[in-house]
Amino acid sequence: MVQLTLPKNSVPKGGRHFPAPAGATNVKTFKIYRYDPDSGQNPSWDTYDVDLSQCGPMVLDVLIHIKNNVDPTLTFRRSCREGICGSCAMNIAGRNTLACIHGHEECPGDKISISPLPHMPVVKDLIPDLTLFYAQYASIEPWLHTETPEPQKEWRQTPEDREKLDGLYECILCACCSTSCPSYWWNQEKYLGPAALLHAYRWIIDSRDEATGERLDELEDPFKLYRCHTIMNCAQVCPKGLNPAKAIAEVKKMLVDRVV
Amino acid sequence: MSPHLQVWRWHVTMLTSILHRVTGVGLYLGGLIAAAWAVSLAAGPEAYETFKAVLGSPLGKFVMFGMTLSVFYHLGNGIRHLVWDFGYGLDIKSANSSAWAVFGFTVAATLATWAIAFQIGAL
Repeated sequence: MVQLTLPKNSVPKGGRHFPAPAGATNVKTFKIYRYDPDSGQNPSWDTYDVDLSQCGPMVLDVLIHIKNNVDPTLTFRRSCREGICGSCAMNIAGRNTLACIHGHEECPGDKISISPLPHMPVVKDLIPDLTLFYAQYASIEPWLHTETPEPQKEWRQTPEDREKLDGLYECILCACCSTSCPSYWWNQEKYLGPAALLHAYRWIIDSRDEATGERLDELEDPFKLYRCHTIMNCAQVCPKGLNPAKAIAEVKKMLVDRVV
Repeated sequence: MSPHLQVWRWHVTMLTSILHRVTGVGLYLGGLIAAAWAVSLAAGPEAYETFKAVLGSPLGKFVMFGMTLSVFYHLGNGIRHLVWDFGYGLDIKSANSSAWAVFGFTVAATLATWAIAFQIGAL
């Protein structure tokens, strides 16, 4: 349901300020969303004046610098630090992206805000609860469905058919796209969201998959698929440069094609 | 729940989408004006004169100018959606430029309509 404002207990209130160390010359301010479920308090915006000469070029470098040197209680997910695991997806300066491959110099403005992926339950600080997101991915059954007996070696595919998976298989399920989508914000319990739909399409057009009809049947629903209104936020923010909006449009086209 | 609209930095494609919804609702209500026009016409010359006076007032003109904007915006963006439904223009660059094209068309077509209305003395 559309609710433009945050629930009362989720509205950020107050926040602490951590000044830069004396003598720092290259200082930038980061406004970071903090929430501790054990405190019983509302979330807050803490501001950190960071000496950029002390840390690397990426936003993740800044977060690690803060955690190591300024405030060890700051909590966030990270792993690969090279844009392949998707753990450090968050909202940076108003757009969803991966902290590890987003340079702090790319962010506009002199104060950079960092908050968890939008409109999600928060576990702590910058960590969203992605349970529903993963369940939606599982619901499209992201594996090969076949009827024919398994071949002795691998399931074969022509280079042309393999090419159809380009721009789809690269998805790392970081959730930047789904949590950028206003339709997903308002209807996430019914709308599958761009990431799950991109994966649905990835299996629908796989020449080796033999459940295309059933997969399309599953998606033919006013909410699961058709809550996509081509707002395009998904494609605009995808850190891997993929286009879920295009994949969704292709699924819609296939649903029309099979009745006309 | 984490902040959403409160922190989001808008893309132009997000703006075109919500404006499509807003102008759609606006035009739906504008249908009532058209209905009122027909009813006043059927009710006789006096009622029709009153209708004309209301629409001709500064406030009436302001509302009608908004309606003109809405008609052309919804038309232009509707065509953009039709093109998308055929699978074209969905890459970010095209979607961004078609958004600005729709804004340009809306302003140009609205001004042209009002210029013509002014020329033929309808204002």
